[in-house]
Amino acid sequence: MATLNDIKLKIGAVKKTRQITKAMNMVAAAKLRGAQTRMENFEPYAAKFAEVLGNLASRIEPDIHPLLVKKEKVSRVELLHFTGDKGLCGSFNANLINRAEKWMNEEKDNGVDIGLTAVGKRGRDYFKRRGFDIIGSHINAYGSVDISFVNQISSGMIDRYLTDEVDGVYMIYSRFIGMGKQVPTLVKLIPVEPPVAEDEEASGADAEYLCEPDPEGLMIELLPKHINVQIYNAFLQNETSEHAARMAAMDNASRNCDDLVESLTLAYNKARQAAVTAELMDIVGGAAALKG
Amino acid sequence: MGKLNLEVVTPEKVMVSQEVDIVVAPGTMGEFGVLEGHVPFLSGIEPGELRFSSGNQTERFLVTTGFSEVSDNKVSVLVDAAEKSTEVDAERARKAMERAKERLSMDRGKEDVDFVRAEAALKRAIVRMRISEKKV
Repeated sequence: MATLNDIKLKIGAVKKTRQITKAMNMVAAAKLRGAQTRMENFEPYAAKFAEVLGNLASRIEPDIHPLLVKKEKVSRVELLHFTGDKGLCGSFNANLINRAEKWMNEEKDNGVDIGLTAVGKRGRDYFKRRGFDIIGSHINAYGSVDISFVNQISSGMIDRYLTDEVDGVYMIYSRFIGMGKQVPTLVKLIPVEPPVAEDEEASGADAEYLCEPDPEGLMIELLPKHINVQIYNAFLQNETSEHAARMAAMDNASRNCDDLVESLTLAYNKARQAAVTAELMDIVGGAAALKG
Repeated sequence: MGKLNLEVVTPEKVMVSQEVDIVVAPGTMGEFGVLEGHVPFLSGIEPGELRFSSGNQTERFLVTTGFSEVSDNKVSVLVDAAEKSTEVDAERARKAMERAKERLSMDRGKEDVDFVRAEAALKRAIVRMRISEKKV
């Protein structure tokens, strides 16, 4: 049985762990708020963009730009894979990695080669260790992400697609649905499938826009931007998801610490009681012996 | 005069959302103005100055690339970045211009210099400087 002192030390250790997990929980909460605000601020832009692009796409030939054209033979695709840079966020990174591995195995079975661009340290390290073909990686990019950075990523992809280095580009990121729910999601980036104009009004006579330059020219300008919008969105969603996942994980950890402290304290008190009783017995026993 | 609803949106936030009388924006094919009752209109936006007036108040913004949509007396301008003209940093713009010029003067054959980006940066810097000079 553990001695009194052992238990005391253990309680101290658990309490210290709880302090750390509590602090991490609060940090994650603060960061989550920032990330969530940025995500919400981006929504008007993304919504308007999709609306205009869908509108435009419905009025032009679908093959005016090579980014819209599906290649006949697909032998190699690129995957833009998002994970966090740090761990301690529950199964967040593992979920993203599993999703990617499953998808890559399926593609490989179809005879398609895969090149990876990893965003986030966790994913990069994992796939590097296992000898995957890594085209590029971006570490510690979250938080400082802006459109020009996203532009660098996307222009590299577009180059590779246009030079036939890859025949398609996909991405996997964690979509933020709610505090308790983040879902790894696969999205096809290239060839671009423009969003379909949804509302009646947009496809009616109202949508007969005057365009400068012509619709085709505008489309060509908007297509790379459309890819940017999607990648930027993935960055924001993934970051928000990571913080939410970390917050939940740290909350859990703190609660487990509380439980542990409680049960250890109980054990400590029992052991103390036992020691006191044993000592008392000794004294009583000794006194009885003297008397007799 | 009738009113227009102007919205200037960047990926970071909604910069402007208000009622105005007239909008003048730097389109790909030249500057264009929008008044009430404009036909539905789509145009690319080049780095330049976006002006709008409401009553006798005029405001000026610096915008970078993007596009704009006019429909139903609503003007939406979606750009990568926008700054109020009074907040444009002339000193920073001047430095950016020098950097871009230096890069452009390098050997064209060199692979690690991205001339397209340098040119875009130069263009932005020139627009920024022009706008900040006008403020007085």
